[in-house]
Amino acid sequence: MLPRLTTWWTILRISLQERLVYRGDFALGTLMRFLPIVTQIFLWYAIFANLGTGVRITGYTYEELVVYLLLTMVARAFSSMPGLASTIARQIRSGDIKKYLTQPVDLLGFMFLSRLAHKLAYYIVAIGPFALVFFLCRNYFTHLPDAPQAAAFAASLVLSFLLGFYLEACIGMVGFWFLEVTSLLFVYMLFSFFLSGHMFPLDMLPQPFGEIVQYTPLQYLAFFPAQVFLGKIEGWALVRGLLVEVAWVTFFIVLSRILFHRGLKRYSGYGG
Amino acid sequence: MSPRLNYFRIFLTFARNSIVRDMTFRANFLIDCLSTITWSLMDLGFYILVVFRQTSQIGKDTGWGEWEFYTFLATTKLINGLVQAFFMPNCEEVSELIRTGNLDFALLKPIDTQFLISLRKIDWPALSHIGVGSILLSISVWHITHREDPAQITLLTGVLYLFYILCGVAILYSLMISLAATSIWLGRNESLYDFWFYITNFSRYPMEIYSGRIGSPLRGVCTYIIPVLVVVNVPARILAQPLLLRSDSEAKWLPLFTAVAALVCLALSRWVFYTALRSYRSASS
Repeated sequence: MLPRLTTWWTILRISLQERLVYRGDFALGTLMRFLPIVTQIFLWYAIFANLGTGVRITGYTYEELVVYLLLTMVARAFSSMPGLASTIARQIRSGDIKKYLTQPVDLLGFMFLSRLAHKLAYYIVAIGPFALVFFLCRNYFTHLPDAPQAAAFAASLVLSFLLGFYLEACIGMVGFWFLEVTSLLFVYMLFSFFLSGHMFPLDMLPQPFGEIVQYTPLQYLAFFPAQVFLGKIEGWALVRGLLVEVAWVTFFIVLSRILFHRGLKRYSGYGG
Repeated sequence: MSPRLNYFRIFLTFARNSIVRDMTFRANFLIDCLSTITWSLMDLGFYILVVFRQTSQIGKDTGWGEWEFYTFLATTKLINGLVQAFFMPNCEEVSELIRTGNLDFALLKPIDTQFLISLRKIDWPALSHIGVGSILLSISVWHITHREDPAQITLLTGVLYLFYILCGVAILYSLMISLAATSIWLGRNESLYDFWFYITNFSRYPMEIYSGRIGSPLRGVCTYIIPVLVVVNVPARILAQPLLLRSDSEAKWLPLFTAVAALVCLALSRWVFYTALRSYRSASS
């Protein structure tokens, strides 16, 4: 167990250092990520302004909507895995994946730890901008979660990280069969962009679309954590939501293992 | 043979090469087109299913009602389609060319480097944006010319619209190539490339939504300093003619400003590109 922990720790440390090599690029990137939300807030402000003061859109006040958008940013900081699937697929195509097969390192474990390190590095840099934005928007936070809600929120964020990772890993693994997964990845990005809820709260969709999106795992990437924080999901619905999320995470962990196992049997080591 | 003709023929060769490459992977080409169209439809779905179910217009008294806004959206699609098809696949690679030292090959060729770097590849599937945009535009224009107090669309409006679409493309391209060129100084600049996406994100909505204490200065900066707001707004206004805008004094001379801005941006980007090129130190060879 101890050697394994040492390996994990080494991988984590190396990835953290690697991530902080291009610090300037990285810090700049973090700040940039707040720009799209500014446009979103202005768009919603314009929509609310046309309807008059104090109005609610499907249960959301303007303030709640701003908080919602900010919270989806937090959730996306946990669940988004830029470049994960394409990296896995590229390594399969180019033959780089061989290094995981010849070394006593597990591909998924290695990827997981390096992604964890990337996320940690991101949080270290991003906590500044996030704190600033949340402080500037403090007046919008009309509802603060109590202790159980905050705990559920934290749990939903950790789960969203796991879900995001294993979901993208599964898509990357499809590379064993198709070699080129760009198109598939694009379709995934497309759906996750609209159906994770970071454009707008998913419960604003009219039926039957509103009903359908409740059954996809994508809502857990942004919509669900934000709802939990806002106190829009409570009691049994909250417990049920978290359990369904755990089920999805388990499903994708198992699926990624199966895909990896089956994929290796097909793998023929392209590239030099 | 005049040099201009040469460049046009080279461009046609680039276009042909790209389409040959695309046709090698025909299924992939079709999937790319389909996903572009799906993306557009989902984007449109957000406005149809969410936004315009709640409100009759974007912003109080702006005149950007449903069909006016769809005209705007179609214009965004046309401009983005052109930029994505012709310039994006190339500018994306500049940073990589510099990092690996492969820019040497471009510099050695007896041709304008900026031209070669900017237009080498054409992303044909991205042109499906233009298809979607044109259909949406036709439907929207039919609606705005059949509304109460209809929009007056003449031949001149059409010509101006096309002209300002080209101005918009020029502004976005200038911004993109300038940012790409700065990677000569910075080594790696994926963030700067993202910056292009984020900053042009501001152009996606009518500029009237940027108002108030924070909005007005933002609108000023994004109109006059980095002119991304005029990219879609000016052509879309010419066509959609949101009624309440007619009293706006700024709206009258904004088109003139846009034309000048497009020229200035192009000149500036060329200057940035060649200044940056002078600092290029063939990295890996």
